[in-house]
Parts: sequence; C-alpha cells; structure tokens
Amino acid sequence: MTRTMKRNGWKPILRMRTLSWALLMLVVFCVVVPSAHAARPAEFVENDAWDQLMRFLSLRDQGVRLVLGGSLLLGLGCGVLGSFMVVRKLALAGDVLAHGVLPGVVLGFLWNLTKDPLHLFIGAVVSGMLSMAVVTILKRTTKLKQDAILGIVLSGFFAIGTCLLTMVFGLEAGDKAGLDHFMFGQAAALDHLDIRAMSWVTGVSLLIVALLYPKFLLLSFDEGFASSLGLPVRMLHQLMMLLLTFSVVVALQAVGVVLVSAMLVTPAASAYLLTKRFHIMLAWAAGFGMLSGSVGALLSFLGSGLPTGPLMVLTASVIFTIVFCFSPQQGIVIKHFRHVNRRRRVVLENLLKAVYHAAERQEFGENGMTLLDLAKVKRQTLETIQHDVDGLVRRGLATLSHDGDVLYLTTAGMSRAAQLVRNHRLWELYLTNAADYAADHVHEDAERIEHILGEATVRDLERRLDFPSVDPHGSPIPALSAKS
Amino acid sequence: MLENLQSLIPPFDWQQVVVDPWSKSQWVETMWVTGMGVMVAWACGLVGCFLILRRMAMVGDAVSHTILPGLVVAFLISGSRSGWVMFVGAVVAGVFTIWFIELIHSRSLIKQDAAIGICFSALFALGVLLVSRYANQVDLDQDCVLYGEIGQIYWSPTVAGMPEPAFSMAIILVLVLVLLAAFYRRLLVTTFDPGLARSLGIGTTRYHYGLMTVLALVVVAAFKAVGAIMVVAMLIVPGATAYLLSKRLPMMLALTLVHGLLGSVIGFHLGQWLNCSTGAAMVTAGVGLFFITWLATRITRMIQRQKSRRHHDVMDDDHTAFTRPERSEPDPHPVRGATR
Repeated sequence: MTRTMKRNGWKPILRMRTLSWALLMLVVFCVVVPSAHAARPAEFVENDAWDQLMRFLSLRDQGVRLVLGGSLLLGLGCGVLGSFMVVRKLALAGDVLAHGVLPGVVLGFLWNLTKDPLHLFIGAVVSGMLSMAVVTILKRTTKLKQDAILGIVLSGFFAIGTCLLTMVFGLEAGDKAGLDHFMFGQAAALDHLDIRAMSWVTGVSLLIVALLYPKFLLLSFDEGFASSLGLPVRMLHQLMMLLLTFSVVVALQAVGVVLVSAMLVTPAASAYLLTKRFHIMLAWAAGFGMLSGSVGALLSFLGSGLPTGPLMVLTASVIFTIVFCFSPQQGIVIKHFRHVNRRRRVVLENLLKAVYHAAERQEFGENGMTLLDLAKVKRQTLETIQHDVDGLVRRGLATLSHDGDVLYLTTAGMSRAAQLVRNHRLWELYLTNAADYAADHVHEDAERIEHILGEATVRDLERRLDFPSVDPHGSPIPALSAKS
Repeated sequence: MLENLQSLIPPFDWQQVVVDPWSKSQWVETMWVTGMGVMVAWACGLVGCFLILRRMAMVGDAVSHTILPGLVVAFLISGSRSGWVMFVGAVVAGVFTIWFIELIHSRSLIKQDAAIGICFSALFALGVLLVSRYANQVDLDQDCVLYGEIGQIYWSPTVAGMPEPAFSMAIILVLVLVLLAAFYRRLLVTTFDPGLARSLGIGTTRYHYGLMTVLALVVVAAFKAVGAIMVVAMLIVPGATAYLLSKRLPMMLALTLVHGLLGSVIGFHLGQWLNCSTGAAMVTAGVGLFFITWLATRITRMIQRQKSRRHHDVMDDDHTAFTRPERSEPDPHPVRGATR
C-alpha cells in the first residue's frame, strides 16, 4: 500500500519542489532588490489617482516594490496554508488563530515599545499557538461543541488583546504609531525590515510544506490511514498549525487581525471549486492569493487612508464570486445552463421518438408526420410543438415540408431516434430479465434513462442480453447500426 | 518587558476602582454603563443559549460581523439615522448572510465552515470600507466597530430619560424576554428534536429564521456598545458557562443571566482599574468567569473520580468485584427497531 502510494505520489512532489524553488527565488528577489533605503508610499504627497496608478505599475519607487512584494508574499503563504485548512474543514480554526494572535502582538510591542518585527513575530506565534491549545483542551475536557469553543476562544483572545491595546494607547512612552494598523491592515506601512521578515517566514514555511508534502496530503485527506501507517499525526497537525500561524503573522500587518482569516479561506475555496487535484489547487490558491493581495494593495494605494485589509479581502471575494458562478465544473451559472440545455434536449428527443413511433406503426413506409398529429400525440398545443420542431430543424435533425405542416426526419434525426428507442427497449428488457421487474413497471424508468445511456453501456447491455431483437412488450429493438 | 508590563498595569487602588464609581457624584454614570452591560449580556446571552444548543455559534459570529454593511447601506439609502431604518438594514443583512451561507454551502462542494468564513469576511470588509469612506456621515467609525463605546454611553442623547442606546437595548431585552416566554416550549422542541417538532406540525424553518431575526435585532442593538467582534463573546460566553454547569434549559438560562450580571459588574471595575476599553474589559471578565467555572468543574470532577475510586477499592476488598453478576431475565417484550 505504501509502495503504490509512493509511486503515485512522486510526480506531484517533484512538481511541488520545482514550484517551491521558483517561489523561493521570488522571495530572495523581493529581499535583495529593494536594498536601498525606501520611502514609504504613505509619505508621498497625494497625487491624482491616474498618477498613482502609473507609479504603482511602473514599479519605479522602492516603496511600491515593497508593498507589492509584501502582498505577493502574503498571498502566497496564505493561499498554500489555507488550502490545507479548507480541505481539512478547519477554515474557522484559521479565524480563531487570526484573532488569537492579537494579545501576542501587543505584548511583543511591549517588549521594548517598538514595532520590532522579531518581537512581534515571537509574541504572535506564541499567542496563536496558545489559542489553538486552548481550543484543543476545551474540546477534550468539556461537552461544549466545536463551534461554541471556537467562538469563545476567538472572542476571548480578541477581547484580551483589545484590553491590552487600549491600555497601550493610554501609555505616554513608546512609538505607538501604526499599532492600530494591525486591526485592518495598512500595506503602505510595510518597511524594509518587515519585508525581510515576511520573506524569511514565508520561505521557511513553504520549504517545510514542500518537504513534508506527501505526509501533509495524507493527513489532510485520510487521517485514520495516516495514523495506521505510523505517521506522527498529532505532531504533523501541530506543525501545520504552526505554519498556519506563520502565514497569519506574515499577513498581519498588511491585512489586519480581523480579516486575515479571509485571506486563508477565500482564495483556497475558490481554488477548491476549480480542480479536484490537490497540487493544482495549491497553485490556484497561491495565484488567487497573490492576485488579490496585489490588487488590494494597488486599490488602497489609489485612495488616501483606505485600509488595505478590506480591499484585499473584497478582491478575493470578487474572485470567489466569479469562480462560484463560472467555474467549468461547479459554477452555478454554468450548471444552470447545462441543466436548461439538458431539459431542452430531452424535450426534443421525446419529439423525435414520437415521430419514430408513428413511422414504425406505418412500417416505415413514409416517415413524415403532420404537426397536428404530433400535437395530438404529445397532448400539447400547436404553438409548443411548432417551437420544439423549430429546435429540431435548427439542429439538422428534421426538415419541414414547404407549407410547414409536415415534419420529416433527416438521416441524422432518424438514427438518433432509433438510438433512443433502442436504449429504451434494451433497458426495459434488462430490467425485466436481470432485475425481475414486472413488464408493466419498466416504462417510466426507461423513459428517463434512455437520454443518458452512452454508447459503451448500450453495447454492454446488448452483450449481456445476448443481442435481443424484441423488448418485453413485443416491439422490435432497432439494431445498433440502424439507419432510416 | 517586565518593566513595561508593570508600567502598563496601574496599581490596584480599592478606593479609586471600586468605591469612587459608586460615590454620589458618579453613581448615575456608573449605573448606566453597568446597566447597559447587563442588558447587552442578558439579551445576547439568552439568544446565545439557543445558538449554542443548535450548534450555530459561528453563524452568530457571522451575523454579528455582517450587521455592519447592513447599517451603512441602510443609512446611505434612506439618509436617516433613525433607529428603525438601522434595524431594518441590520435584519436584512443578517438574513442575507444566512441565505448566502446556505447558497454557497448547498450549491457547491464547499463545506459550511468555509462558507461562513467567506461570507462574513466579504461583507465585513465591505462594511469597513464603507465606514472608512463615509465615516463622518454615518456616526460610526472604525474604533466604534472594533472596541464599542459603552464607556461613553452616558453622554449620548437621552430618550425618555434614558441614554438612547440604553433605551433601544431595553426595548430589545423586553422583546427577547416576551418572545422567549411566549414561544418557550416550541423553541425547546425545535432546538432539541427537530424531527419531533416537524411531526407535531411546528415549522422548524420558521423558527430558524425567526431566531435569526431576533439575533440580528439583538446584535444591532448591542453592536455599538461592545463592537462587532466582542458581540460574539456576549452571545456565546454566558451560555457556554451555563452549559458547563447545567443540563437543563431553564437552569441554563438562569445561569446565563447570573453570568451576564457578574461579568458586566466585574468588567466595569476591571476597565476602571486597567484604564482600558470598558466593553473589552467586560468581555474579558466574562471569559475569566468561564475559565474559573471550567477549572471548578474540572476540580470537582477530579475529586469525584478519586472518591469513586476509593469506593471501588473498598468494594474490591469485599471480593464482590469478581463475582459473577446475577443474570437478568430476558426482556419479555423486546421492541424491534427501537435502537436509533
């Protein structure tokens, strides 16, 4: 079992490795390039939006490059780790973690009253892991349900953090400027040191993910199997939580405590709708994360004093909405159109069948049928029939006589009709023979399935029924190569 | 680090923290602030009990976040700041949230937790942006959204002799109590056994959405007092504390009220002492009470376990532990299919 898994697992791992190396290069690029002292975009005088846009896109300023690098990094980290959270149904744990970081951030600031990234980072990681530990302990020792525990820990840690934060605001000493940016984020406040810290953290966590990818994959999709293989499941879970905390901390300054969880969940959920393979999902999620991060940063750059976090989250939500509606497999609009098409096809095919039955009754002497007769058989108004017949004609399955009264099937139409009738009668026969249905119970079932049966299934059915020629009601089954 | 922490926490002065707020000159203000806290905690806590029992605590979280865009959009459409408009906007936003979550969750492979995460963050982000854009018109700002302004309640304009937020909160609290008294049995049935409720002809969906509407009402009234995120604590923590202590719903509701009272009063003084946001202090006190309760239940359980172990040791000395138990008669009327 392990061997087959390893054999199948190599290809995505290799791909992941190359991907992660490329990402590491990107990270290094972000660190090395803006090496000179950078002016912060927030310090620039306000220009009109067009100038700002050009400045952002031309990447002339160091500050712009910093902001862009930061948002790419956070999108990357959040997208990758968020994917694991979404498939493990831990999306709300990310939310708890994001709020749980706040007391640690404030205590890290208190260390020596500066926004030293290292202290903030240590404080945030400790406090985030503590919040996760509290969730685990409460889950094990009380009868409270998961959602209530998450709610308590989330709001409790946030309240403690808010207490501390408002107390710090009351202090005289210290450089408190920008501390309130941790709530809703301000990408423009990122400086060189922040970016360096962000890229180290992102690089390390991506490297760990790449190295342990098969194990994380197994843990995410089949925890029981993972533990039966002897993997240290609990350790891996803790490690994943630690990495999740890392990515939350990376995103903290640009997105803010309140909305970080969205950067974890929303891009990953969009990716989840697009594919069924996990490594492809990772790539999509990272892409969506980086896209929404940089677009959010750009938008906040255009206006004055707009918090970055909400803009990034809104961009991610717009992406999600688009994917939710138009994803090729699962988009609801796509699904709706597919549904409508299928219904239309069933209506038209039933019409074809009616013409075929009429022709069959006349022993295929003359394969035309007046629309009036058709309306009588289908018990519908002439207008409805006219409308459906138009559909048939447009699809090249039938033609109308010159006065528009009589319907003739084309060769294609006739063979499609024969195919349907064959599906129907074969299925009826199959149900009576193999499933012991009474002969008068099989019609409704066959009426539905005749539109769905594929070529391969039909051949299989014929073989199983030993190439029959007559259905349970005594009607002949058209042969597979039937043509009009 | 330690010096900074010490400078952060002021010395505890009994006179200043506990006695002075109730002195002749300040007691009216103190009373309004703690009273508001108690009302918020009671209304939220009572609704929250049902959220906990229905395993919808995180839905409560989502609704408390999405109230914000509802408020702002309602204001921008109507241009008035009257209470009714705000309530309508908030309720519409709340119901929309539930509907969105259901939509995402039922129409795609995305699980409910991810759907909640996506919905509330998107709408909350929208709300924050609108607030920061129209801050001076909407009478809301980012600080109010985050920390609440329960501490300043005394200075808001008065209606019928009460500060305006306290007035609307009181109305909501009375409404919650009346609704709870009127629909108590039905809520009980729909919460604990939806199948039985349906078989009795009680529409569970109607009660679900009814509860959501009341939730939205409570949240919008409490929102300005404690901020969008700490409303969640007000909703869940009292009920959860009571849930640790009791198995019966009436007892749970009563304990919720006790927790709300204690948490608000202690929290107010905590805020006075630490000089921090009063709403956050109240929530911190509530969470503190939760943890004390949790510790207490753990300790009592440990003591009980030890007692019963000692009891078993004594029983073992009697050599009864290894005797074969008496064989019970087989059930004369076994019910087929009784196991669920």
